[in-house]
Amino acid sequence: MTRRLAPTGLLLLGAIYCLFPVSWVLVAATKSPAELFTTSTLTPGTGLLSNIEELFAYRDGVFWLWLANTLLYAGGGALLSTAVSAVSGFALAKYRFPGRDAIFNLLIGGILVPAVVLAIPQYLLFSQIGMADTYWAVLLPQILHPYSIYLARIYATAAIPDSLLEAGRLDGAGEWRLMTRVAIPLMVPGMVTIFLFQFVAIWNNFLLPFIMLGDDGKFPLTVGLYTMLAAGANQPTLYNLILTGALLSIIPLIALFLTMQRYWRTDLSSGAVK
Amino acid sequence: MNRRVKAAPYLFLTPAIVLFTLFLALPVCYTFYLSMRRVKVSGLGLGKGSRQEIFVGLDNLAAAATDGELWAGWLRVLGYGALVLIVMLGLALLFALLLDSAHVRLARFSRIAIFLPYAVPGVAATLLWGFLYLPSLSPLRALLDVDFLGATTITFSMANVAVWGGVGFNMLVLYTTLRAIPRELYEAARIDGATETQIALRVKIPILVPAIILTTVFSVIATIQVFTEPTTLRPLTNTISSTWSPLMKVYRDAFVTGDLYSAAATSIVIAAVSLVLSFGFLRVVRGRAFGEES
Repeated sequence: MTRRLAPTGLLLLGAIYCLFPVSWVLVAATKSPAELFTTSTLTPGTGLLSNIEELFAYRDGVFWLWLANTLLYAGGGALLSTAVSAVSGFALAKYRFPGRDAIFNLLIGGILVPAVVLAIPQYLLFSQIGMADTYWAVLLPQILHPYSIYLARIYATAAIPDSLLEAGRLDGAGEWRLMTRVAIPLMVPGMVTIFLFQFVAIWNNFLLPFIMLGDDGKFPLTVGLYTMLAAGANQPTLYNLILTGALLSIIPLIALFLTMQRYWRTDLSSGAVK
Repeated sequence: MNRRVKAAPYLFLTPAIVLFTLFLALPVCYTFYLSMRRVKVSGLGLGKGSRQEIFVGLDNLAAAATDGELWAGWLRVLGYGALVLIVMLGLALLFALLLDSAHVRLARFSRIAIFLPYAVPGVAATLLWGFLYLPSLSPLRALLDVDFLGATTITFSMANVAVWGGVGFNMLVLYTTLRAIPRELYEAARIDGATETQIALRVKIPILVPAIILTTVFSVIATIQVFTEPTTLRPLTNTISSTWSPLMKVYRDAFVTGDLYSAAATSIVIAAVSLVLSFGFLRVVRGRAFGEES
């Protein structure tokens, strides 16, 4: 019996630890400012709707904008990033050409370049062309993602049989056609995984938009929440708004995460989804 | 191969190479350029031509390497980072092995629950834990009479946020690697009379080594650049200075005090440290992960 109980118990402890803050905020966000400090932690409050209402009224509804901006940055950025990674990964996996290893090593070397070395010069370069405080300044630098290219290469190696490409060539298909009609469809499961990871990475990014943006109408949720906290840390009456904001910023990702289970589990190196 | 087949891979790689040049190579070069310059003020610094950008070579880098404030930041991050790496990767490995063992119930639930914090942005995670650390709100204070935001406890409190946010992702990476191993390998060991624990220690962990190295490299790089957690916790406590971590100092130099040149130099030092730390690891990773390819 203990052989079964101990591992299960340990894992459940881990699960409780990981669920604890999320379930706490779920309850805390339902409390009105008065209830937040007086009622017991586990008692749901009565203020959820008024909290949400107040949050959306906060500074003329800027929270809505943050939500929409985040969707734009994460959705658009991840889509472009997945496309670039898939095409690059396919080229690196399925063609032999002079410079292949050099290009791969160079691109992968990008993993090692810390964001810190990039963020400031990226900001300065964007300001020099007058684009620092724009959507582009947050979107463009996040498209190239070396690790996704590495994953796409592994996936393409395993998922696309060389014989299929050879057969296509014998039938007279061009390389562009082979990529769009043969390679990309076979890579779709892997691409979904890359998309999801990039979507989460951009959704969660703080440093880049924090540095690039000055106009709070262009903020993503992370920077918006930070400014709310920085403004409201000394005003406990704002705590319920901040907590509700935190909850609302988590819900879309958790929903995405639970509905796309299959793809989070995908082992890219084994090729196909099981 | 005909000419079109030869040109195709280069065309397919063009977007990545263009993006690499514009958003990676160019900024890196610009950082080096900035790090070697400084504004020289002549006279009172008034009027045209009194402020001049001059070339100072490696002076800024030398200053960054000997900056006491930065060194204090390195020491804080070293303690914080060691704590995060050991606890986070240790737990990730333990959970992955438990999930993969034969006798676990509710494995699906636990796996999803432990991976869930990955979907919580660093800012939101820090904010949640930050509020949980506040004496006026915390249910934890009823259990433990600890000042979570004190001068010594802050390192542990901050490490907890990073561990909470990172354990699930690393667990997933290790677990996926384990699932890819043919089950027959364990059957053979079982027939030879090996227990689950022995299989975990003697068969699974050796197979996991490359994946462990990979997750370590990524964790080291992320830890050295810690910024979001201390920045977000700062409004809630006065124990975190504006230069708590090296990256926070870069931010302060660049955007608060406006000294881009030392900010650039400091960021090169941070990059160099993370390169030196991860390079050794990466050599091994490359040898193992790409050894069978090409």
